[in-house]
Amino acid sequence: MQLYQKSAHELRDLLLHKEVSSKDIVKAYLDRIKTVDEKVQAYVTLCEEGALKQAEEVDAKRVAGEELGALAGIPMALKDNICTEGVKTTCASKMLHNFVPPYSATVAKKLSKAGTILLGKLNMDEFAMGSSTENSYVQKTKNPWNLERVPGGSSGGSAAAVAADEAVFTLGSDTGGSIRQPAHCCGVVGMKPTYGAVSRFGLVAFASSLDQIGPLTKDVEDMALVMNEIIGHDPYDSTSAPVGYPDYTKDLYRGVKGMKVALPQEYFGKGINPDVQAIVMAAAKKLESMGAILEEVSLPMTQYALPAYYLISSAEASSNLARYDGVKYGLRAEQYRDLLDLYKQTRDEGFGTEVKRRIMLGTYALSSGYYDAYYKKAQQVRTLIKNEFENVFGTYDLILTPTAPTTAFKIGEKTDNPLEMYMHDICTVPINIAGLPALSMPGGFDQTGLPVGVQFVAKALGEEKILQAAFALEQELQIKSQRPLL
Amino acid sequence: MKISREQIEHVANLARLNLTEEEKQRFTTDMEAIITFADQLNELDIKEIEPTAHVIPIQNVFRKDEAKPSFDRDALLANAPSKADGCFSVPKVVE
Repeated sequence: MQLYQKSAHELRDLLLHKEVSSKDIVKAYLDRIKTVDEKVQAYVTLCEEGALKQAEEVDAKRVAGEELGALAGIPMALKDNICTEGVKTTCASKMLHNFVPPYSATVAKKLSKAGTILLGKLNMDEFAMGSSTENSYVQKTKNPWNLERVPGGSSGGSAAAVAADEAVFTLGSDTGGSIRQPAHCCGVVGMKPTYGAVSRFGLVAFASSLDQIGPLTKDVEDMALVMNEIIGHDPYDSTSAPVGYPDYTKDLYRGVKGMKVALPQEYFGKGINPDVQAIVMAAAKKLESMGAILEEVSLPMTQYALPAYYLISSAEASSNLARYDGVKYGLRAEQYRDLLDLYKQTRDEGFGTEVKRRIMLGTYALSSGYYDAYYKKAQQVRTLIKNEFENVFGTYDLILTPTAPTTAFKIGEKTDNPLEMYMHDICTVPINIAGLPALSMPGGFDQTGLPVGVQFVAKALGEEKILQAAFALEQELQIKSQRPLL
Repeated sequence: MKISREQIEHVANLARLNLTEEEKQRFTTDMEAIITFADQLNELDIKEIEPTAHVIPIQNVFRKDEAKPSFDRDALLANAPSKADGCFSVPKVVE
């Protein structure tokens, strides 16, 4: 087994026993990136020098006998909408093609303090708007399992990098499924924590009432390790929840005996591919055989989640993206008549089609005379969806669903039809609407060999239960050794 | 739901976007489809329902009003497309 194939907890053990140095690991990853990224195209910025330097520093600390955290010396990479001081952060947009943040996001600082090593920044749909990473201004990332297919999105680079062993773990952001859906498409573990559990300070805002940062990892134990490092209250993010958070590795092995798991019938209906359905049902059976109690439930509001999501997220995006005006940072158009034309021309040149489409929809939904009919109504529907989930979690510990209706689709297959593209988020969007934590993990492969994810959902701040169930299922399935051939 | 060309132009102006002719046509079709899709929310009786803006019950997050170190001016101006005398520079606003 190559060094770059190992998980964070395996590498941690090797580092602890001084069998490898962090520099060895970083070098192995940089070589791996050089070999395969030409095909995968996950990275938009590579921090080769910085990574080697950081690795040497961690190695020196280890030699000096300093106490180091579980992830010290482990190389990782960040989605390109997470600000990194001195390292370009572009959101895969022409608008920010030259933006170098003067500060780092709280999660980037936390990971740096934990001794992890930044390999680079990862491709995404422009401003995180999309489900295939095809909306990137920079490049189209490929699915490591099949290079003719999309890696999912919007954190497509983050998922593909982990699947192709180009990083031990990565961070992405999830507004309507943007961590979990690509994790499903690329066969890795991806988690959207509870809204408010991980600071968004330094995350370039898309839809502020939905955005959440989370990790993508090779296995569930790594997920617990990374969650431990990034979670927690942050005074710089006023939506951050000031509560105590557990050590997620502590009870990881507890198992699912006696856990009550709900299967909502709306997530298994029409539009869900039979292979996907079969794999999720097989996962359910495994959980049952390990002692979980499975029951069918109904969440009839599910069908309204997607329309509510597109109104809320586009409205908030139109407001958040108003800051890109060609004055303070980023692109400025070369030709303009006056200040107003400077704004308009810069925004027309700087934004791609999908971003403009959502700004238009959002501006429309917030404009005079339509606010009550669209934005407010969507927020009222949000209440209904949230209540429905709370009801289920009054009785059940977890909900189990598919992560997405189909496996990764072909590059170009859905680019002409925005609504069809939006449909790929149908199983993930309701969770963001309700602010709940959810995780996607590999459950199996379809007939063509593409990975299929299963999604666990818990009540707010219920991450621990999700990780316990996911860990138990991962042990039972024994498929994590299956890797794409590149 | 029909969306007129005037509406598209009005919204584009509000959003400060100079759309090309092709974009105007494309977004008219797309927005009609998306708004029609969104109109299924009208099936629900929600008159009495309180809207949810934020899903976690955190309100009125205050901090002490005290001076703290801020950014260096040059560091913040480093990304400016145009600057002069320690300020962002824009075309003349008032005649």
